[in-house]
Amino acid sequence: MTASQETVFLQGHIIDSLILAKVLDTILMMGGTFDLQDVKIGATRDAPSQARIVVRAPSSRVLGEILRAIQPHGAAIEREEDCRFEPAPAAGVFPDQFYATTHLPTQIRLDGEWVEVEGLEMDLGICVDPAKARARTVPMGAVTAGELIVTGRDGIRVTPLARPTERDVFGFMESVVSSERPHQPVIADIAQRMQKLRAWHRQGHAGAKVLLAGGPAIVHAGGRDALAWLVDQGYVQVLFCGNALAAHDMEAGLYGTSLGYGLAAGRSVPHGHEHHLRTINRIRAIGSIQEAVRSGVVADGIMAACVRRDVKMVMAGTIRDDGPLPGVLTDSMEAQQAMRAEIHGVGLALLVASTLHAIATGNLLPATIPTVCVDVNPAVPTKLADRGSFQAVGLVMDAASFLIELARELGWRP
Amino acid sequence: MSRLLVCRPDYFQIDYEINPWMRRTNAVDPARAIGQWQALMDVLVHDVGAGLEQMRPVQGLPDMVFTANAGVVVGRRALVSRFRYPERQREEAYFERWFREQGYEVLTLDKNLYFEGAGDLLGFPDTWFGGYRQRSDIQAFPRLSEIFQREIIPLELIDTRFYHLDTCFCPLSGGEVLYFPSAFDSYGQAAIAQRLPEDRRLVVPEEEALRFACNAVCIGKQVVIPAACPRTTQLLESRGYRTYAVQLDEFMKSGGAAKCLTLALD
Repeated sequence: MTASQETVFLQGHIIDSLILAKVLDTILMMGGTFDLQDVKIGATRDAPSQARIVVRAPSSRVLGEILRAIQPHGAAIEREEDCRFEPAPAAGVFPDQFYATTHLPTQIRLDGEWVEVEGLEMDLGICVDPAKARARTVPMGAVTAGELIVTGRDGIRVTPLARPTERDVFGFMESVVSSERPHQPVIADIAQRMQKLRAWHRQGHAGAKVLLAGGPAIVHAGGRDALAWLVDQGYVQVLFCGNALAAHDMEAGLYGTSLGYGLAAGRSVPHGHEHHLRTINRIRAIGSIQEAVRSGVVADGIMAACVRRDVKMVMAGTIRDDGPLPGVLTDSMEAQQAMRAEIHGVGLALLVASTLHAIATGNLLPATIPTVCVDVNPAVPTKLADRGSFQAVGLVMDAASFLIELARELGWRP
Repeated sequence: MSRLLVCRPDYFQIDYEINPWMRRTNAVDPARAIGQWQALMDVLVHDVGAGLEQMRPVQGLPDMVFTANAGVVVGRRALVSRFRYPERQREEAYFERWFREQGYEVLTLDKNLYFEGAGDLLGFPDTWFGGYRQRSDIQAFPRLSEIFQREIIPLELIDTRFYHLDTCFCPLSGGEVLYFPSAFDSYGQAAIAQRLPEDRRLVVPEEEALRFACNAVCIGKQVVIPAACPRTTQLLESRGYRTYAVQLDEFMKSGGAAKCLTLALD
């Protein structure tokens, strides 16, 4: 639930008199939190100081109590305005002054009431239905002519994430990405979180799905069995990948190689470079990955596990894909929509060994979803951490080591 | 010479109850009240050497005798009070008229801000302290600070018996303050302590605070205080002040004493 909030303004000799301290203490003691904005300290003794304070509380009732308590000390509620909106001038075009979203919980003020914006995602517009008092995010390309789009900055509230209540690795709100960081405790926390989510998912709770976005390095590096086991055990509900992860996973099943390298022998095998093409060709002949698994042609590995466990798969194509495999979405806007549709209900995102899919997925996710980014290249988790999310954990490590360690934490004994 | 605005208690009585001291059953003895007031004036004029400006009392406005609440005067500018209780709001027009007739530039605050004059605004030449919560609104002080170009430290009054700042806080000419700390919350006490080191804070014991020891008039090194405050008297004398005790119990029935009965004009 998004906290209730109100902005108040305090001015005068509020520093030496400890009035500011009293107001802030009162907010905390009554169960609220605050953000100090625009604090101006008077330059001379007789010059007044001023502070703008955003007061947040777990409910509107508590907020009301806090405001009543601090008003006698001079905290004046700032007048809030309704948000403004204009019709989209054409299909796929926002009005000039459109408001661009963040990935943080957002509310807009319609007719004096704060309305939650649905479909949290960064870099979109906000489409308003004043009659129903509802608002949702909308991508630029998806807007239809005449839809009402929020403009300007008035009447819009963006709420920074509250500190998570869980005391695990996600609760520390650090975005430090370091290759020196010990991995084991972080992975143990992720495993614990996945165990809890699996139990919730089985009980039918919303928001308990685990999303994995991965690249083919999972297969190259030897993480295939561990990930297949995780899927089989019901720890993953959504898979985002490209043509390559699926192709090399099934190549490993059919030929025992990954991009021509014998996974067991560790060296290239004669004509091995053809294996992934022959795999793709075979699946194209069968018609679908699902059918290849059902018919027993693909018997093990990640794809087989995903089909067996009915994992939602979105495969997004790229420019020089071979084939591609049936089911790969080659229209990138279509792929974006398909990924967006599967984000709903996700409670943990694992972005493993794919710059492309990790960043695309990261930008689709609201900041409220705990996210783990694993890559040997520190630039990828760093970019994710730069989104300012409090619940993003970056691990600079090899994909296979991560998945194997994670699976072991969860009971995998190969 | 210090000049003080005063108003004869011809119509002084308890007509209503707007602070914990006031009980309509606790009737004022008019002759005694006039006698006590006159004795105070005698001390102020003959012993302390103050000059008095008198304004005419108005029938039906019993509390006009407490001129400290008329407003705040700095030089030739007078800012007129806006009372919280309707019972005293009718006094505003009379105080304002008096200031105008005397040639003061009259200033007022926004209509929706309560501010009860020198009763809630006291201090030293450069730093003032403002009492709020009981009668005056804290929001009045940034405006007053702007008008008079003074720092004003707001202090919350947390004890209804000490409903104006001048009932529990009395700055002295030597830079000390006579005060009753428990009338303030911990923030207010800390703010006072931050501005005034311990040797400049003269703490009045509760039984004397309840006899309005802090409601004193300090002019130069002379202090006029209500009677029966021996420890406060001793404190003041140890700092070199000459004290004059005046019996003012008729006015305490209404919640006021020496300071409340005067307004410093310059």
